[in-house]
Amino acid sequence: MPPLSFILTHAWLIPAIPLLSFLLVGLVLRPVSQKLAGLVATLAVGTSAGLSWLLAWDFLHLVPHGQPLPALVPWSFQWLHFQENFAINLGTLLDPISVMLLVVVTTVSTLVHIYSTGYMHGEPGYARYFAFLNLFTFSMLGLVLAPNLVQMYVCWELVGASSFFLIGFYFEKPSAVSASKKAFIVTRFADLGFLLGILVIGFYAYQIHGAMAPDLLHGQQPLDFAFLTRPDVLARLAGLNVHFLGVGVLTLSAVLIYMGGAGKSAMFPLHIWLPDAMEGPTPVSALIHAATMVVAGVYLVARCFPIFATSGEALTVVMSIGAFTSLFAAVIGCTQDDIKRVLAFSTLSQLGYMMFALGVASFAHPLGYSASMFHLFTHAFFKALLFLGAGSVIHAVHSNDIWHMGGLRKHMPITHALFLIATLAIAGIYPLAGFFSKDEILAAALHSGHTVVFGVGLLVAGMTAFYMFRIYFVTFWGKPRSEHAAHPHESPWVMLAPMAFLGVLSIGAGFVPIPEWVQLPGAPVEHEGIDLAVAIPSTILALAGISLAWLLYGGAPERVDNLVKKLGGFYVAAKNKFYFDEFYLFVTHSVIFRFVAQPIAWFDRNIVDGLVNLGGWFARTAGLLLGKLQTGQVQTYGSWLVSGVIAVVFVLWGVLKSGGN
Amino acid sequence: MGLASWLILLPFLTALGVLAVPSRRSDLIRWVALVGTGAHLVLTAFTTLQFWQLASADISMAKTATLTKLYFVERVPWFKSLGVDYLVGIDGITMSMVILTSIIIFTGVLASWNVVNRTKEFFALLLVLVTGVFGVFLSFDLFLFFMFYEVAVLPMYLLIGVWGTGPKEYSAMKLTLMLMVGSAFILVGMLALYHYAGGTTFDLTQLAQHHYPVEMQRWVFPLIFIGFGVLGALYPFHTWSPDGHASAPTAVSMLHAGVLMKLGGYGALRIGVYLLPEGAQYWGVFFMALTTINILYGAFGAIKQTDLKYFTAYSSVSHCGFVLFGVASLNLMGLKGAVLQMFSHGVMTGLFFALIGMVYGRTHTRIIPDMGGLAKVMPWLAVCFYIAGMASLGLPGFAGFIAESHVFLGGFFGNEWSDPMLTRTLTVLATLSIVVTAVYVLRGLAKVFQGPITNPHFLELTDAKLTERLATGILVLTLAIVGLVPGLLIDLIESSLLPFVNRLHATGALAVAGHP
Repeated sequence: MPPLSFILTHAWLIPAIPLLSFLLVGLVLRPVSQKLAGLVATLAVGTSAGLSWLLAWDFLHLVPHGQPLPALVPWSFQWLHFQENFAINLGTLLDPISVMLLVVVTTVSTLVHIYSTGYMHGEPGYARYFAFLNLFTFSMLGLVLAPNLVQMYVCWELVGASSFFLIGFYFEKPSAVSASKKAFIVTRFADLGFLLGILVIGFYAYQIHGAMAPDLLHGQQPLDFAFLTRPDVLARLAGLNVHFLGVGVLTLSAVLIYMGGAGKSAMFPLHIWLPDAMEGPTPVSALIHAATMVVAGVYLVARCFPIFATSGEALTVVMSIGAFTSLFAAVIGCTQDDIKRVLAFSTLSQLGYMMFALGVASFAHPLGYSASMFHLFTHAFFKALLFLGAGSVIHAVHSNDIWHMGGLRKHMPITHALFLIATLAIAGIYPLAGFFSKDEILAAALHSGHTVVFGVGLLVAGMTAFYMFRIYFVTFWGKPRSEHAAHPHESPWVMLAPMAFLGVLSIGAGFVPIPEWVQLPGAPVEHEGIDLAVAIPSTILALAGISLAWLLYGGAPERVDNLVKKLGGFYVAAKNKFYFDEFYLFVTHSVIFRFVAQPIAWFDRNIVDGLVNLGGWFARTAGLLLGKLQTGQVQTYGSWLVSGVIAVVFVLWGVLKSGGN
Repeated sequence: MGLASWLILLPFLTALGVLAVPSRRSDLIRWVALVGTGAHLVLTAFTTLQFWQLASADISMAKTATLTKLYFVERVPWFKSLGVDYLVGIDGITMSMVILTSIIIFTGVLASWNVVNRTKEFFALLLVLVTGVFGVFLSFDLFLFFMFYEVAVLPMYLLIGVWGTGPKEYSAMKLTLMLMVGSAFILVGMLALYHYAGGTTFDLTQLAQHHYPVEMQRWVFPLIFIGFGVLGALYPFHTWSPDGHASAPTAVSMLHAGVLMKLGGYGALRIGVYLLPEGAQYWGVFFMALTTINILYGAFGAIKQTDLKYFTAYSSVSHCGFVLFGVASLNLMGLKGAVLQMFSHGVMTGLFFALIGMVYGRTHTRIIPDMGGLAKVMPWLAVCFYIAGMASLGLPGFAGFIAESHVFLGGFFGNEWSDPMLTRTLTVLATLSIVVTAVYVLRGLAKVFQGPITNPHFLELTDAKLTERLATGILVLTLAIVGLVPGLLIDLIESSLLPFVNRLHATGALAVAGHP
C-alpha cells in the first residue's frame, strides 16, 4: 500500500469543520447576522464535501484495481479509560462503506444547506436552523467514521438530539413539539436496546480480550469493530455457553444492537416516529429523515454484519422485520394524502428493503450486503430530491395536502421535471439509479434462496411505483384544486440548482460501481451485471403500478372512490396507519402514566412521606405528654421522687430476692 | 497554614467580611461574597494544578496500594486524650468535590444577586454553610468530619426557614430532623469504628490500617450506608428532599442538591467502603437493589410532578440513586461512576435550580401547566434549560453520559461477591431510567418553553441578565468540558479510587458466600 495521503490521515477534519462552524454560528454569528450565519454554515459543509470527495478518490486508489479495498484507522486517540485493558479510542475508520457514506452525507448535506438558504429565507430562527443543521452533519459524520461501538453510540445520540431540535424547529407549533418529543422518546427506547447490547457484548468481549495474548490484539480494544468482527473472536463469542431465555450471548447482543438500529431506521413496530417527524422543515426531512440519519440503522447492521452473520438467527430477525416493514409501509403509503407523509412511508419501505437485503446476505451469498449499501447510496439521492421537490411544491402552494395541489407541471416546469426523474428512479425504471440497486437486492434475495422475501420485494416494487405516481399525478396533473395551486411560482434558483444536481445523481448514481467497491470483507462477489430473470418481472410490475396510478389518478376521481368503497375497512385501517399511534398513546398515557407514574407520585407523598410525618407526630406527641410532667411545682417533683425511690427499692428487693434463690 | 486549610478558611473569612459591611450597603455585601468565592475558585484551580502534578507522578504506586495517598496533609493535635486531631488533606475524590463546591458557591452567589431581604445575614450564612461543606470534604479525622457536617446542616435550617417559600418552616424542620436521624446512625457507626480500633484515634488513615472483625463490619456498614444514604436521598429516606428543595431559596437549593447531597455518596464511599470492605461485600447487592428502586422510583415520580422544583427534586432522587448504585457495585468502574455522577449531578442540578430560580423570578410561578412558550421571550434561559435537560437524560457530550456509562458498566460487570445474574438484572432495570428520564425531561420542558405563549403577561418578560448569564454559562461549560474531555476529571479521581478496589480484593479471601 502506498503511504497515506494528507486527507486520509486527517479525515477528522471532515466532521471537525461542521462542528467548529456549529459553535461559530450558534454562539457568535447567530445574534450578529442571519445571512452570514447561513453562508458560513453552508461553506463549512461544502468544504467537508470537497474533502470527502478528495478522500474517496485517494481511498479508491490505495490498492491496484480489482483488489479488495482496505479498512484502516489512520487516526485515533484515547478518549475514555474505563479500566485496565478497556478504553475507548475516538478515531476515523476508513473502509468502503464509511467512505461511501462520507460522500453521501456531505454531498446531500451541502445541497440541502444551499437549498435551505432559499427555503428558510425570512424565517425567524434562520441562524438557529443552520447551527443545528451543522451540528447534525458533524454528528452524522462522527457516526459514519466510528471505529467502535461507543463512538457510534455517542454520535448516535447526538444525531438523535439534533434531529429532535430540528423536528421541533417551529417550537410554537404544538404538533411540531409533540412530534419532536415522540421521535426522541421512541428512538431513545430503541437506544436502550443498543446500550444493553453494548453492555452484553462489551462484557464478554472484555473477557475474551483479556484472555488473549497481547501480541494478537494489535492494539485493539474490546469494543472496537475491528476486534468484534474478527473471526477468532466471533468463534469464541459463539462458543460461549451462556444463555439468557434460551438465547446465546452473540444472538442476544446482535438483536439488542439491532433494536437500536431498528429505532433509528424506523423499522416496524418502532416506525411511528418517522411520519410525524415530517413536522420539521422540509429540507430537514430530506437530509435527516430520508437520506442520512434514518439509514444509520442499516449502516449499524452492515458495520456489525459479521456478528449478525455468525449468529444467523439475528440475521433472520433483520430480514423478517425488514421485509415486513417494506410491505407494511408501502400499503399505508398508498393511502396518505400529505405529500411528505407519503414520502415518509416510502422511506420506511425502502429502509425495509435495505434491511432485508442485509438479512438475506451471508458469507456464502454476500451479494445482499453490497446490494443493501448500493441501495442506500442511490436512495439517498433520489429520496432527497423527492423531498426537496416536495418542499418546492409546498413552498409554492402553502399546503402539504396533495388534494390542494394539481396541475403544477405548467407553472413549475423545472420542479416537475426533476420530481419526475426522482419518481422514475424510485419506481425502478431503467436506466435510472433505483433500477440498478433494486435489481441487485431482488437478485440477492432470489439467489440466496429466500423466495418469499423475493416475492415481497417484487410486490413492494410494484406498489412503490403505484403510490409514487399517485402523488405525482395528483400533484402535477389535472386541474388546480386550490387558490394557491392556481398561481404557483417556480422556486428560486438557489432551490432549483441543488435539486438539479440531485437529479443528475438520481440518473447517474446507478452506474457508480458501488457493488464492486463495497464487498463483504473476506467474501468477494462477482458483479453479475443486470439479471434479466429479476429485471424483467420487476420492470413489468413497476410499469403496471404506474399504469394503475394513471388509470386511477390521471383522470376521473370517481374510480378512486369506487375502489375505496370496495376496500372498505382495510382502506380505513391503512389510512389510519393501522392505529399504531393510538396504541402507543394508550400504552404510555393510559397505562404507564396512569398506573405507574401517578401511583408512585401518590405513594411517595402519602405513604412514604406519611410515615415520616407519622414519626414526627409521634415524637411531638410524646414530647407534649412528657412535657406535662414539667409542672414547675416542688410538691409534684417531690412526690415523684419519693414514689420513684420506693419503686426502685421494691425492684431491687425483688431482684436480690430472686438472685438469692 | 497549607492549601487545604485555606480552602476551608477562605469562605469563613469571606463570611466575616460580609458581616463587617454595614447592612444597608447590600451592593457591597454581594461584591464581597462574589470576590471571596471568586478567589476561592482561583485557589481551587491552583490547588488542582498542584495536586494533578503530584498525583500523576505517583499513579503507578496507586495500582497496588491499599491506602489512598493524601496530599497537602496538615495535622494538629486537638483533644489528645480522645485521639482527636485537626487533620485535613486532599486526595482525588476530595479534589473533585472541592472543585464542584467551589463552582457551585460562586455561581450560587451570582444567582442570589437579587436577594433583598436581610442580604447580609443571607450571604453570611451561605458562606458559613459552604465552610462546613469544604470542611467535610477535606477532613480526614472522623471527629472533625462530623463537626463540619453539623456546621453545614445548621445554617441550612435557618436559610430555608427564613428565606424560603411555601411551607418553609415545615420543610426546614423536616429536612433538619431527617438529616439528624441520619447523623445519629453515622455517629453510632463512627463510635463503633473508633471503639473497635482501640479507642485511641479518629484518624481515618490510621483506622484504615486496622482490620475490623467481619461480624462488626456487617452490622456497622449498613448503619454508615443508610446514615449517609439519608443525605444522599436513599429510598425510602428521601422525602425531605422534595419539600426541602421546593421551599429553599435558589442558592440554597443549588448548594443543597448540588453539593450537600453529595456528602451522602462521599461518606458511604469514604467511610463505608473504604473502612469496611467486608461489610460492603456482604451488603453490596442489597444496596444495589435498593438504589435501583431509587433510580426508577425517582424517574417515574418525576413524570407527574407539576411544580418545577418538585420535578427537579424527584429527578435528583433518581440521579443520586446512580451515585449510591455505583458505590454499591464495588468495582473500579462503578466507584468511578459514582464520583463522576456526584460531580455531574452536582453541576447539572445546580444549573437546574439556578434556572428555576431565574424563571420563577420572572413568571412568579413554578407550576408547569401555568407556563408555556417561554422560549420565545427568554431564549437564553430556554437553551440552558434544554442543555441541563439533555445532560440529565445522559446525552453524550455532557458529564452525565460519562458518569452513567461508568455506572452501567460497573453494575453490569458486577463483582465477585454478588450473584452476577442479580447484579446484571438490576443494571438492566436501572438502564430503563434513560427512557423514563427522556420522557419526563422532554414533557416538562416542552410544556414550559415550547408551544404558544399561554399567558399574555409573559410577553413582557425579559431574558437573562449578565450575572445570570455568567452563572448559567459557567455551569453549562463545566458540564460540556467534563463531557467532552472526561480524562481531565477521571485522571484526578482514578488513582485515589484504585486503593478502594485493592482493599476490597485484599480481603476477598475472607468473604463468605451468602447474602442478606
